[in-house]
Amino acid sequence: MTPETESPWLRRLAFVVVLATFGLIGIGGLVTSKGVGMAVPDWPTTFGYNMFWFPIHLWSGGIFYEHTHRLWASAVGLLTAALSGWIWVRETRGAVRWIGLAAIIATLGLMGVRTQGMFIALAVAALGMIGFCFTRVGSDARAIRWWAALAFCAVLVQGVLGGLRVTAMKDEIGIFHGTLAQLFLVLLAAIALSMTKLWRELPAWDCAPGIARYRRVLLALSALVLLQLILGATMRHQHAGLAIPDFPLAHGKLWPATDAASLAAYNSARADVHDPNPITAAHIFIQMAHRLTAVALFAAAVWLMIRARRDLGRAHTLSRFALGWHVLVFVQACLGVFTVLSNKAADIATLHVLFGALTLVSIALAAVCAFRLAANSAVDATVALPADSRSVRTTDVT
Amino acid sequence: MKHTASVLAATVLVASLGSALAADITGKITLKGTPPPETPITVTDPNCGKAKTPVSKTRFYAVGKDGGLADVFVYLKAGVTTKPAPSATPAALDQAGCEYTPYVVGVQTGQKITVKNSDQTLHNIHPTPQVAGNKESNRAQMAGGPLLEFTFDNPEILLRFKCDVHPWMFAYVGVVDHPYFAVTDADGNYTIKGVPAGKYTVEAVHRKTHLKGGGGLTKDVSVDASGAKADFVVELK
Repeated sequence: MTPETESPWLRRLAFVVVLATFGLIGIGGLVTSKGVGMAVPDWPTTFGYNMFWFPIHLWSGGIFYEHTHRLWASAVGLLTAALSGWIWVRETRGAVRWIGLAAIIATLGLMGVRTQGMFIALAVAALGMIGFCFTRVGSDARAIRWWAALAFCAVLVQGVLGGLRVTAMKDEIGIFHGTLAQLFLVLLAAIALSMTKLWRELPAWDCAPGIARYRRVLLALSALVLLQLILGATMRHQHAGLAIPDFPLAHGKLWPATDAASLAAYNSARADVHDPNPITAAHIFIQMAHRLTAVALFAAAVWLMIRARRDLGRAHTLSRFALGWHVLVFVQACLGVFTVLSNKAADIATLHVLFGALTLVSIALAAVCAFRLAANSAVDATVALPADSRSVRTTDVT
Repeated sequence: MKHTASVLAATVLVASLGSALAADITGKITLKGTPPPETPITVTDPNCGKAKTPVSKTRFYAVGKDGGLADVFVYLKAGVTTKPAPSATPAALDQAGCEYTPYVVGVQTGQKITVKNSDQTLHNIHPTPQVAGNKESNRAQMAGGPLLEFTFDNPEILLRFKCDVHPWMFAYVGVVDHPYFAVTDADGNYTIKGVPAGKYTVEAVHRKTHLKGGGGLTKDVSVDASGAKADFVVELK
């Protein structure tokens, strides 16, 4: 974040967008948990209406959740546009400023044409722009305007993915939709973080070198959490309910049988109200992978906590973060267990989604901080006195 | 020319004879074992109860007199050589009390299925075929809206219809490429009518016990002027 973009109101807006996106992920989780993702069969219209004028008396049953999800998503889209535009204006000058602003306003205007073709065309353009944004942040990661532009393009693509999930009736699109939602939240949270006092003052903290040394560990943990969330999204969007309904065993065994006779027996014993798709061996393997990854993740969280304490001391910021994150992973694991034991009760399953998002955002932001500190110390090392170089060296933790 | 006329006459004779010898296949499907208890349904739409008492629990295992199992789709799996054109009379599904009636229905490929909304609420009708060539669709139907029609070109057992507005609503359609099928009644009895004389394989498919890995129960029968009988026992393990 550059001094030009430092504004308390801009920071507040960034945090509002983060909270709104977190809420949106919750509503999205509720839609999937209740099995009502297809309750509104058309998009971008709603039962033929402009979605903003869909009569309230028709918000019955599953329509309530799905339509609320759409309206909330529209609000997040607008807030993201406002945030991106604001950051762009504060960080740029002259013609570039007005071209960027005009592009955002023109995109919003074109979204007033409520046809699928228009939205797909905008999403294709946004995908191209995302590629361009990556080249810009690749050359200067501190240019927040390009991260903001990336967020604006991502929210557009995310909205279109959600719409196509409905109209194309493809579960696979739902997996991408669920995963991109988590990444989008991380991106917004990182933008918001870059506007904080903590971000500005972090390099001066005594703990900075210690955090920087753990950057690759934190990145690897972020990747592991993301993998776990992708597995979770895959399970949710297969619409097969609980492929394994018991815990800690799986269909009464350490590793469940997946032969045809066993699958037939599992399916005949199910009495789920949503009468989900019959269980297949693939559904069982995915859920077992999710369980095993959860074990690996919890073990990794414990390892990080112990290693950071031994290495950096109990009072070190990273040690305290690792302790808190380990608790978060534990709560998330418990929610996963309760999701199974409650036969995937919608509220618990949704909490599981939300805590999954929190787990990812927290570790990813820690990784972002660590990489920033590593980059800073590398820069400092080139200008600092040789005597100081030992204190800022960023040897990796392996 | 004379030869052709003879062949035609013989064909007509054989067809007429077959038709004259057409008889019914009857039987009963019995459930052996204790089914899992049905799950209560929480109806979240107050409009569901305006036309009819709304559905209260799942109906995976509807067991009648003497263990007779309802809603089993029974059809001729093999042996059918003559396949008449599909009936012009559509199969009908109704949505009342936020549940589909009937729960299981059979149609011939190309035969229409009409779906009616008797409720005072909006439904969406969402068939979810798994067989290539049968088209998935998702169409809204307002309260009192016109009938919606669906047809499927390829055999599929069983093809699920669902409503995503009320995610507990399902109906299952057995689609076969001939008219020789039936669905068991409340006591597990069925009749496949007008089957020409010959040898056939009858298959009975129950939604919960015979999909994805189980396959249906089959039995070979020989149909003569007096028809044939094929009983099945669905065993829960």
